Amino acid sequence: MIHFEQWDGFRGRLWQEEVNVRDFIQRNYEPYNGDKSFLAEPTEATKMLWGELQKLQKEERSKGGVLDMDTDVVSSLTSHKAGYINENMKDLEKVVGLQTDKPLKRAFMPYGGIRMAEQACTTNGYTPNPELHKIFTEYSQNHSDAVFSAYTPEMKKCRHAHIITGLPDTYSRGRIVGDYRRVALYGIDFLITEKQKDLSQCGDGVMLDEIIRQREEIAKQISALKGMKEMAKIYGFDISLPARNAREAVQWLYFGYLAAVKTQNGAAMSVGRISTFLDIYIQRDINNGTLTEEEAQELIDHLVMKFRMVKFARIPSYNQLFSGDPVWATLEVAGIGMDGRHMVTKTDYRFLHTLENIDPSPEPNLTILYSSKLPENFKRYAAYISIKTSSVQYENDDVMKPVWGDDYSICCCVSATQTGKEIQFFGARANLAKCLLYAINGGVDEKEFEQVAPKYAPITSEYLDYDEVIEKYVEMLKWLTGMYVNTLNLIHYMHDKYYYEAAEMALIDTDVRRTFATGIAGFSHVVDSLCAIKYAKVKTIRNEQGIVVDYEVEGDFPRYGNDDDRADDMALWVLKTFIDLVKTHHTYRNSTPSTSILTITSNVVYGAATGATPDGRKAGVSFAPGANPSYGAEQNGLLASLNSVAKLPYVWALDGISNTQTINPDALGHSEQERITNLVQVMDGYFNQGAHHLNVNVFGTEKLIDCMNHPEKEEYANFTIRVSGYAVKFINLTRKQQLDVISRTCHKVI
Amino acid sequence: MKYRYNYENGVIKGNIHSLESFGLVDGPGVRYVVFMQGCALRCKYCHNPETWSGGGSLWTPQQLFDKVYRYHEYWQNNGGITVSGGEPLLQIEFLTEFFRLAKEKNIHTAVDTAGQPFTNEPDRTAKFEELMKFTDLVILDLKEWSSEKHKALTGKGNENIKAMAVWLSEHGKDLWIRHVLVPNLTDGEEDLKAMGEFIASLKTVKKVEILPYHAFGMPKWEKLGLDYTLSKTETPTQDEIKRAEELLGIKNY
Repeated sequence: MIHFEQWDGFRGRLWQEEVNVRDFIQRNYEPYNGDKSFLAEPTEATKMLWGELQKLQKEERSKGGVLDMDTDVVSSLTSHKAGYINENMKDLEKVVGLQTDKPLKRAFMPYGGIRMAEQACTTNGYTPNPELHKIFTEYSQNHSDAVFSAYTPEMKKCRHAHIITGLPDTYSRGRIVGDYRRVALYGIDFLITEKQKDLSQCGDGVMLDEIIRQREEIAKQISALKGMKEMAKIYGFDISLPARNAREAVQWLYFGYLAAVKTQNGAAMSVGRISTFLDIYIQRDINNGTLTEEEAQELIDHLVMKFRMVKFARIPSYNQLFSGDPVWATLEVAGIGMDGRHMVTKTDYRFLHTLENIDPSPEPNLTILYSSKLPENFKRYAAYISIKTSSVQYENDDVMKPVWGDDYSICCCVSATQTGKEIQFFGARANLAKCLLYAINGGVDEKEFEQVAPKYAPITSEYLDYDEVIEKYVEMLKWLTGMYVNTLNLIHYMHDKYYYEAAEMALIDTDVRRTFATGIAGFSHVVDSLCAIKYAKVKTIRNEQGIVVDYEVEGDFPRYGNDDDRADDMALWVLKTFIDLVKTHHTYRNSTPSTSILTITSNVVYGAATGATPDGRKAGVSFAPGANPSYGAEQNGLLASLNSVAKLPYVWALDGISNTQTINPDALGHSEQERITNLVQVMDGYFNQGAHHLNVNVFGTEKLIDCMNHPEKEEYANFTIRVSGYAVKFINLTRKQQLDVISRTCHKVI
Repeated sequence: MKYRYNYENGVIKGNIHSLESFGLVDGPGVRYVVFMQGCALRCKYCHNPETWSGGGSLWTPQQLFDKVYRYHEYWQNNGGITVSGGEPLLQIEFLTEFFRLAKEKNIHTAVDTAGQPFTNEPDRTAKFEELMKFTDLVILDLKEWSSEKHKALTGKGNENIKAMAVWLSEHGKDLWIRHVLVPNLTDGEEDLKAMGEFIASLKTVKKVEILPYHAFGMPKWEKLGLDYTLSKTETPTQDEIKRAEELLGIKNY
């Protein structure tokens, strides 16, 4: 057994024998049952730094969304000198480290795709150094160019027609969460020793593809660990050994995360489940008398400020898909342990309290691992924060724990992976609404009028026959899932080859499990369309070439979102059919396939690329986001809508089922206490039925409209709302997306 | 006015206008609200005139209960079911059967009524008494104090409605009293004072609420080709609401 004096006062044994952060947490954390009364206000230093950061954010907005960009230096662990929020206030920062040498300055990251890196500069008025172009086109390959060189013509066609969309083929895939806690608990040197052991034991000397690749990957991980030490040194810290106290634990952990965001520009760069872990250090210092509550809160406030500063250089088409500059620095609180003890600690409160101390904010993407069995005090505080800030999301620990255990992290918006043990291959979305139109039109795209899918026999009748449509739809889904999975296989092969996540993988077990996350777009429209065809009469309207371009529905039909089993059973059929077909295909590196019903803000762009659907949705109209029912479909109020979504079995969509709802504060109750009680009951009722996820917004449409028309008002600078899968400052959405949010059902007082 | 019955093969059916799964103002806690079809009053400010007459959809008590019971997870120990309308008491037999099913599962039941169908005739009160066995709360609209004004506003007098309030008070049934405040129509000082005194004489009132008038119903009147006479009436101001609250003495509940 190894021992470090930094561990004095900690209990347990297994975590000292091997890298095992979960065991450390379970042996040492103290559940907190009390209320919020212990929480401290922001310190003077916090207020000053937050004031500075807000000034920078304001300047960034006034410059069109980008404050500064690097055009000369390729980002790496040690590419930049130390940077601070404000050079003159750097002694106030309890947690240090920026992606570049200046706050909110975006790094040049060409490995995911040189063209995107350059385009990100030029569209923002910056000119990248031509030398970099030469290096990354003539001397070195990058992920994006490699993918496009290997794509088949059919894959390119599918991508262009938006039947498969949001593919991570021009940037980093993200969704890989390093166990950043390991840096604090073990120090880098011990982690290097362990990885060197893994390298020495990798393979029996017979050099198969797999073994060669893994040996190279471990070697890259060891280099990354060494690089992290160098990176920390630039800021004057030696992270070779474990952290000695809470401040070091926070700083060491953050350096681990900083290493990830300096080297990868993934769509989602999650932080993970760190609150209970950090609480153990904070509690030890408080017990020793070396830390006060004010200082503890200050550490968390400063750490959170750093997460709010993570930025990547993006191109306009990316911003249309994922609007509002998100990075998904997702961070979880609460949950219940396998032994039945809840995992709420004072630091779980402290993280939520940052939304009061330093205003509401989209990042970090604060996620409450919810169970009706969490302490009442904590549930009420979470509801209070939701009502006050609309900045947190809820995920059902009761359905996730049996699958992922009690130390999982959310690696993107809503998707779980076991921390330090698993990674996920992120997989964009298949447009199932468009696939239905392809089934009807024999594979001809209804917007481009091109043959995209195989030339299957189209439907020629005037009125759609349900059995015929289903038969053709399943055939088309077989084709689509094959095309989709294989496109992803190709992308992830190239990503591993040219843009391997060495820093994150260095903080994950060498013997890693991999999941393969597919996704569904247009879910509610497929369900309602199939219901329309089954329960009403749907007439086709064809253009001169005979392609169906619109539909007329005669009669009523049940719609998803009303707790009506006829429609909800159809929803289950769509999901099960899709995931079962996905599973028939080989997935890269023997990963385990899963799927999600989650669109982010891309529901707007996907809808724009999709023709009219048989549920009455007109061509180009936005899809409903995630697993939400279609706009206007809900006729029985919020809970009926929630019950419909709750019927979708989580085990069929292990990558997540995202649901976003907005409640008018007046509808939620007359007083604050009443509103809190009612919101807690809504969540208990929803999650007790096995639902997976809920974004809760509490505001009226009047506020949204006023904010859209008067974005300059001070009160709206930090006005945050939950959209499908993340939170965003409303003023940072495109106008089309603002209108989309406004048009969605706001559940008002009846 | 007669009760309305819809029987099919000997099973009573309720005529239902619409369902709302998430009601938070019609009774305590989170509530499932059932809106019944049919009402004998013609209140000038009615915000759902489409429930007055005409067709809704027919449900047996068991069908409706099965639908509603899907929401019990949300109610916990303070929410439940509220039946509103229309006028729910017009379908008292259906309502009684529906609430009987709810009480078998220990669910809190409330009826939101204007009291118009109530009379003191013995066979009618027997039916009402039976319903009250399965009813935890009556939310009663007092629309006007004087019977003449009530008639002018709604088309009917209100002696029986006051009698119902007294009956409930004497039989120990919890009451919430509501009054829709319409400027220059239902805000007379003498009337509100008298109403306040009447409410104070009742023994079981748990809550008194002023509902400020809104013109939300107006487009529905136009759609139905009805003449909306309050189109120039404004929503009462905060001061006017406060004054009415004081006259009714709502702080005492």
